[in-house]
Amino acid sequence: MAPTSTPQQTTDPLPGLVGFTVVLRNAGLAITTDRVAAFLSALDTLDVTDRTQTYWAGRLTLCSDPDDLPRYDQAFASWFEPGQGGRTQVRDERPPPPPRLAALTPEDAEGGEEASDARQIHAKASGTEILRHRDLGELTAAEREHLRRLMALLQPEMPKRASRRLRPSAHGGTDPRRTLRAALRNHGELRELLRRDRSRRARRVVLLIDVSGSMEPYADALLRFAHVVVRRAPAAVEAFTLGTRLTRITRELRMRDPERALAAASKAIPDWSGGTRLGEVLRAFVDRWGQRGAARRAVVVVFSDGWERGETDLLREQMARLRRLAHRVVWVNPHVGKDGYAPVQGGIVAALPFLDDLLAGHSLATLERLLEVVRDA
Amino acid sequence: MTERPSNAAGSPAELAAALRSTGYLADDGLATAAFLAMQMNRPLFCEGEPGTGKTALAQALAQVLGADLIRLQCHDGIDASQALYDWDFPRQLLHLRALEAAASATGETLDADAVEASLYDPRFLLARPILRALQTSPSVLLIDEIDRADDEFEAFLLEVLTEHAVSIPEVGEVRAKEPPLVVLTSNRTREVHDALKRRCLYLWLDHPDLQREIEILHARLPGVPERLAAQVAGAVRKLRQADLLKPPGVAETIDWARALQLVGARHLDVDTAAATLGAVLKYREDADRIRNQLDTLLAS
Repeated sequence: MAPTSTPQQTTDPLPGLVGFTVVLRNAGLAITTDRVAAFLSALDTLDVTDRTQTYWAGRLTLCSDPDDLPRYDQAFASWFEPGQGGRTQVRDERPPPPPRLAALTPEDAEGGEEASDARQIHAKASGTEILRHRDLGELTAAEREHLRRLMALLQPEMPKRASRRLRPSAHGGTDPRRTLRAALRNHGELRELLRRDRSRRARRVVLLIDVSGSMEPYADALLRFAHVVVRRAPAAVEAFTLGTRLTRITRELRMRDPERALAAASKAIPDWSGGTRLGEVLRAFVDRWGQRGAARRAVVVVFSDGWERGETDLLREQMARLRRLAHRVVWVNPHVGKDGYAPVQGGIVAALPFLDDLLAGHSLATLERLLEVVRDA
Repeated sequence: MTERPSNAAGSPAELAAALRSTGYLADDGLATAAFLAMQMNRPLFCEGEPGTGKTALAQALAQVLGADLIRLQCHDGIDASQALYDWDFPRQLLHLRALEAAASATGETLDADAVEASLYDPRFLLARPILRALQTSPSVLLIDEIDRADDEFEAFLLEVLTEHAVSIPEVGEVRAKEPPLVVLTSNRTREVHDALKRRCLYLWLDHPDLQREIEILHARLPGVPERLAAQVAGAVRKLRQADLLKPPGVAETIDWARALQLVGARHLDVDTAAATLGAVLKYREDADRIRNQLDTLLAS
């Protein structure tokens, strides 16, 4: 609970300091008990009455990400502001999720109208097979519910790459450690050379999902799909959404429960169903993540319809950069599978020369196909 | 808690002064972080843009403490035998052969246990950086670019950093007399596991402000003309705002100023800037763009 007086006025600063950590937790920082303990022990060696030292003690022990810093600064300013009475209003500063998230919340699927739809779908003998090929953007609520369950059954396989880590193997160079061990067991007689070889590890996969207005019908299904892939190899998969800005949702999608993961992800996305600035947002991705390593030798999958307003020069430039970094660039466009589709949208035209694959992504069956492409990458 | 040697600073301000004497200019946050890392025996986890002085910090700290700097450069697939210790197998085999030859000459039979004990003698142990840091005191252990290692290595590191000890099955436990001061750096190519971060002090390093960058130039390049230092720092500052593929770090600022010094420039003008641009911009696209706007960049 927030104390009623400033830390400076109380004889014991402890409640005020712990209260500050509670404010930070409410502001969305990952404050754990051991971090609080570290904060207090840091202040023990510093001067609590010195504002700068208190600030740094907290910043060094309670933050763990550059994104934490603005929220920390704000919380610190208001909590330790003299004359504020130690009360502070800092809350999670990220904007609240926009209301158009019906498809993301499980309660919504249990309306009375949908219950009758559910009966209809059960009446269809080969409902599942048909559903696999239905357009994800045109599903009824009951079909969508059914699809969620099918989606959860997907078993994505990660692409593999050679690691530098050596493992015992029948081929490869000699493994002196094991060879000597074996020799010792034979009273120092070297009978065979045991070998070791490079192991194989999951290649990194990066999912970039366009959540702008034109992609809205597919966004829910694609985020669910991303959740399944992230859960399969949490250390090897990164997921971002593209809209008017870039949002990293990997951390949110690592939660086990799909509904909670999707709710968290949608809360993190500030630009749901807005416009797209594909070029700029891709640039943000390549600058901030891709070039530093996230996209290096990775399989990068872009889910977008390629609607780019205005100039496409920037998009072309960024796709070229991405192409140079990535192992394989796959573009998934929900409209590719439709009759009469031609890649004429400005964005697609600009991106096409840099793609390894242009795939459809409007149905479960096409997403399964995508998983095969990624696996074999 | 183990006490640091007496030459350790008694407050962040004293430490900042000591760092300054080695040519490393630390601001309040950095000095407090390093001070706490020493006092609390916690690793210091430095993250920030490339070229903000993460590695240089460890070097300066080692100098201040009069400690050995031991560096472990992480890379993809790094494992315990590269980070911790390995046995010198060729020498062990030779030793074994020598024992056998001696035994057959004298007609003795070898005692298997004694042979094994002599094979796993510490003299056949190759100490890699982490073990070396535990055996050396005082020491500063720099674990550079931890984000390049994989998560298995992180888990392994977590154990060593918490215990300040490693156990080698054949030898026993090696415990640091005085825990090394550990500095980890990351360029954020990958998110490092929270469990590791939680045991560390987290320091985010930004580019220094203009005044500090000028001071850094003077500290690192004695004899650099006042005007040149101010111009270079000012130009780099503008370059960082110019939306480049790779904004220059402090290391590039120093390189650039040194390059200009070497070509004998007393101040920065369009010609000398164009000739030495390669010291500060490392992408062709960036260099092409900036070369056309050098006059606006240099206009103060």
